[in-house]
Amino acid sequence: MSDPDSTLTPAERDHRVRQVELLISRLLRIGVLTSLFIIVLGMVLSFTHHLGYRESADELKRLTSDDAEFPHTIPDVWQGLVRFQGRAVVMLGLLALIATPVMRVAVSIFAFIYERDPKFVVITSLVLALLLLSFLLGKVE
Amino acid sequence: MDRRIVPCLNRGLALHQWPVTPLAFTLWSFVASIFAGVIGSLLGLGGGIVVIPVLTLLLGVPIRYAIGASIVCIIATSSGAAAGYVRERMTNLRVAMLLEIGTTSGAISGAVIAGLISPRWLFIIFGLVLGYSALAMFRKRHETAAESVPPDRMSDRFKLHGSYFDEALGREISYRVTRAPLGLVLMYVAGVVSGLLGIGSGALKVPAMDLGMRLPIKVSTATSNFMIGVTGAASAGVYFSRGEINPFIAAPVAAGVLLGAWAGSHLLGRLQGKWIRMLFVVVLLWVSAQMLWKGYFWK
Repeated sequence: MSDPDSTLTPAERDHRVRQVELLISRLLRIGVLTSLFIIVLGMVLSFTHHLGYRESADELKRLTSDDAEFPHTIPDVWQGLVRFQGRAVVMLGLLALIATPVMRVAVSIFAFIYERDPKFVVITSLVLALLLLSFLLGKVE
Repeated sequence: MDRRIVPCLNRGLALHQWPVTPLAFTLWSFVASIFAGVIGSLLGLGGGIVVIPVLTLLLGVPIRYAIGASIVCIIATSSGAAAGYVRERMTNLRVAMLLEIGTTSGAISGAVIAGLISPRWLFIIFGLVLGYSALAMFRKRHETAAESVPPDRMSDRFKLHGSYFDEALGREISYRVTRAPLGLVLMYVAGVVSGLLGIGSGALKVPAMDLGMRLPIKVSTATSNFMIGVTGAASAGVYFSRGEINPFIAAPVAAGVLLGAWAGSHLLGRLQGKWIRMLFVVVLLWVSAQMLWKGYFWK
């Protein structure tokens, strides 16, 4: 990372940028397909565990009511997963989906290191730090 | 949605008055979410303008779950389209990262000062700002790429200029970025506003990049698409721990939006910039009217 401009020719730099773009694109596709698969699996589990979901309108009222029961902490999700609960599996997929953009910022830091671009290594690290800060502030509230 | 309107419409035309089974609910929200994903990925918006009314007005979901589902919708729109946009260099990653500093610090400031400022006047001011942006974007509807832009030292120093392959025009489009400092300030303001009002983050970002920094419209929407996902993910944790992301509601939304956004990302390259701009103007006018409405009837 020292003396960034002299180590890479513009052609080398463009080549590396392209490599990184294709890698990030592939990682994103894997992340999205994995979370989509987990979410659909969870939905299928819910519907096979509760056959009433196909005909009972009262079931819908219960599922979408203000005091509906579903996991909303990490330990809850974990306990549900152990019992193979559909809604916990869905939650795992949703959490994986939520994590993708944050992972993308984290991967970009390494990408900018590889591209020998110290300014953007700093900028991207700052963005990641601000994201974590806003996440923590939200938790405190 | 306005608090006074939701209940009366709920009583009137809501689908959930009829016996809707969980299976039917899943299918309905899945189909509506595909549409939300296409619109959101084309225009760089989150898709909440589609998902929230469908869930609350048609399907009778409590507003807090609808908002939780719309956060999932934002992230799914962003992630579903991202792979395609990165590969085709539609997203300007450097512009996105630089501006993200403004957005995230703005969102944090917004959360800190929330409660000190009455949202009423913010709704009215930003309703007017968005209305004006819609007019300005409408006026330059025949422009495909800026011919010449004022030189900008910051854009040069951070090497923000770029190029992408435009499928509709069949050639590589090179563009130069300008007024990066103004862009940063506008993104900070957009962050504060979305932190305070909870809506309109994409609706403010796209005009700032299109009118201010003179990015091509497709690059503006794709770059906004990336940014809203990052900011959305940071706030999603809060909605999750507050128990506002209901898996039964969010699952079909996530699945539908991912498919829709994937389709939208393949469509953006082929559509003419003019049509993207016109579609954006229509949606912007709608969001602007909604904000003015909320401000006017604020209690």
